[in-house]
Amino acid sequence: MARQLKFNIFRFNPQNPESIPHMESYILEETDSMTLFIALNRIREEQDGSLQFDFCCRAGICGSCAMVINGRPGLACHTKTKDLPLEITLTPLPVFKLVGDLSVDTGTWFRSMYNKVESWIHTDKVFDANAIEDPMENDIAEDVYELDRCIECGCCVAACGTARLRDDFMGAAALNRLGRFVVDPRDKRTDKQYFDVIGSDEGIFGCMGLLACEDVCPKNLPLMNQLSYLRRKMGIVAIKQMFKK
Amino acid sequence: MQTIYKDVLIIGAGLAGERAAAEAAGAGLSAVCLSIVPARRSHSAAAMGGMQAALANSIMGEGDSTDVHFSDTVKGSDWGCDQEVARLFADTAPVEMRRLCDWGVPWNRVVPGKSKYFKGGKQFDKEEKEEKRGLITARNFGGTAKWRTCYVSDGTGHSVLYTMDNRCAQLGVEVHDKVEAIALIQDGETCYGAIARSLRTGELVAYIAKATMVASGGFGKIYKASTNAVICDGGVHGAVLDTGVVPLGNMEAVQFHPTGIVPTDILVTEGCRGDGGTLLDVNEERFMHIYEPEKAELASRDVVARWMTHHMREGKGVPSPYGEHLWLDIRHLGEKHITGKLREVYEICTSFLGVDPIHQLIPVRPTQHYSMGGVRTNKDGAAYGLKGLFSAGESACWDMHGFNRLGGNSLAETVVAGGIVGHKIVEFLENYECSIPTAVISRTAAKQQQRIDDIISGANGKENVYRVREAMQDALDKGAHVFRTEEGLTKCVETLQETLQRARKVGLQTDGYGASPELSAALKIEGQVKLALCVAYGALQRKESRGSHNREDYPARNDRDWLTRTLAYWKNPDDDLPTLEYEDATPSYEIPPGDRGYGKMQIISADSKEES
Repeated sequence: MARQLKFNIFRFNPQNPESIPHMESYILEETDSMTLFIALNRIREEQDGSLQFDFCCRAGICGSCAMVINGRPGLACHTKTKDLPLEITLTPLPVFKLVGDLSVDTGTWFRSMYNKVESWIHTDKVFDANAIEDPMENDIAEDVYELDRCIECGCCVAACGTARLRDDFMGAAALNRLGRFVVDPRDKRTDKQYFDVIGSDEGIFGCMGLLACEDVCPKNLPLMNQLSYLRRKMGIVAIKQMFKK
Repeated sequence: MQTIYKDVLIIGAGLAGERAAAEAAGAGLSAVCLSIVPARRSHSAAAMGGMQAALANSIMGEGDSTDVHFSDTVKGSDWGCDQEVARLFADTAPVEMRRLCDWGVPWNRVVPGKSKYFKGGKQFDKEEKEEKRGLITARNFGGTAKWRTCYVSDGTGHSVLYTMDNRCAQLGVEVHDKVEAIALIQDGETCYGAIARSLRTGELVAYIAKATMVASGGFGKIYKASTNAVICDGGVHGAVLDTGVVPLGNMEAVQFHPTGIVPTDILVTEGCRGDGGTLLDVNEERFMHIYEPEKAELASRDVVARWMTHHMREGKGVPSPYGEHLWLDIRHLGEKHITGKLREVYEICTSFLGVDPIHQLIPVRPTQHYSMGGVRTNKDGAAYGLKGLFSAGESACWDMHGFNRLGGNSLAETVVAGGIVGHKIVEFLENYECSIPTAVISRTAAKQQQRIDDIISGANGKENVYRVREAMQDALDKGAHVFRTEEGLTKCVETLQETLQRARKVGLQTDGYGASPELSAALKIEGQVKLALCVAYGALQRKESRGSHNREDYPARNDRDWLTRTLAYWKNPDDDLPTLEYEDATPSYEIPPGDRGYGKMQIISADSKEES
């Protein structure tokens, strides 16, 4: 017989003056290959049309549907209900501003992040439509892509002890983003320039090394390696600066 | 109501929209992109395979040129495309790939030396040249004469979109996310922007602009089984149709991708077949080479999808609780290739199916994938019928794809068309001033507010939006799929007409406060059903088979009578059918209609015109 699943879902609509934050329960019969994407849509379409949550690609590629699933941040689209117990508790990601129910505003957070780290290639080169491209070793291109794979779901930030303690901490996603430019030979920024962006407690030195970011990353990005690599590199810049004084 | 003024308003922040925004911002104009989701979640991000451009760097691309790319595109379109546009596209694509390279896309590069590749399950050797070391390489895709698809592992769309969004951030392009355009502001002659609804607060916002661009992607979600993202729902197409004066082009041209996985309809990239994957039937035997001896699995998508459906009808499908399917086999490519160049495929299979593609077969079947139809524009991207309105990317019928698009050509189109149309918008604005009739703004806003109030209060009825949507999707899935008949399409149109009446009576079951997802769905349902009718009615009227449009009762490609593009208008909001008009498929021919070299079928020649 199919399992009866109980979903405990955080509900709050800030636009409704009568709404107060609370948990609400819904019962669903489990079906074959059920994911949280299927379950939440069924709850919305059959039981409560006002339930807010975000899905987009529903294929683990876009990062829209991150939420806290039984206490752990993850992507709802590729979470299968058969891997969960009978009772499933869903709450919105912390750190990000709540839009309503399970929906949070990751867009604003990430846009301010990439303005902070200046998430673009810094170069004096002017594009010449008549020239062939500058060659690059394929291994380097693949190294850049390896870090470019972040989907900005926000799980790493939501799981981060430092980000939960201080609003100004950049989080693993930002440091990984900067790391992407550090390994990219097209970006002409110097280590000193990178240091000015992340060489502080808001950046690389705020990390407590709790490893949660890498544990929850749905794309299995090498976040801790990346963080320690940057920390070592930035540490050297810091020491050099000390001797200059 | 908040009112925001910009030079350029772009509805959509995927690749086409952001590429155009970058062009506008680069020329010193103020530009804003509206997006239902954060820009980087746009459906462009999900495109895995790559972008076609005739760079001819890899050994298997040797001898390629923009002429060959053009020719493949025209053949792919089954001579349904605008050849001037296809030419413009093929010529511009290499420049755009290099520009993306400068902006930061980590394209895969040529590695000199010997390596192995697979074709039709067999292994071959190739040797890349030293002098091409480090230049942008390419992989094989269906329907192309040369290896031409530039790629970043299998995250091409993701990587290019992130680079483009970085570029936009650098240039100061604003992206207003969680904002949904629900109506165009227009007076029947000129477009002045759009009324949008905040998906944070539910409030209406008027965006006023001298030029407005629709870059909202496809509308695949009017089908139930679609590879498209949840957001590809045709909401903006509904708003465009609602103007009454802007036609949608070739709406019956809907592409079904051969490899949507069963049961979740998620796409696995054509790169699987390009890299040497094969299709197998219930007996685990290859079959594509029987139907297409030359191209086999690498015929164009319309042809492969058709033969797959045919083969399943012959009793060779694999039965499953979700209906019949076939198998995709990539096991022979090996672990390194699958977890490297096809890593997303590996993740999709393991996460969503519980299938390990290194050792197991992947269940696939043809699934709605791409909308060749859309907002009809001229070659500058200017929409028919309204001054100041533009469109590019999948939302547009710029018409380089005709009746079937080639894999790798849509992602390339987003940036190529985004660049070209963006540039045309800049030119358009150089000598353009308009006076903004505030009455038109307030009238449009008031009408939208009234619609919202009526839906919330149930003034027109209490139909459940989700049930109405289901009825629409079922009708299309049944009647307007890979194979089409007079009987099936007639039934589909009738069902959709009934569904349209129901859509007009939708009322909320919940309170409609704030970002209410039920209200979002309700606001677009009437437009969606109208789109569905444009697809089904256009298909019913087109009595031939061309590209993805397969009429079993009219199996020949009929160049004599149907070398045309359908224009679907919704002239009166209360109509229950679109008004169809036709125009020539292309203003001029560089390549006269002929055989594609795959997908053998009867052709009624245009030359037989005089005889009939």
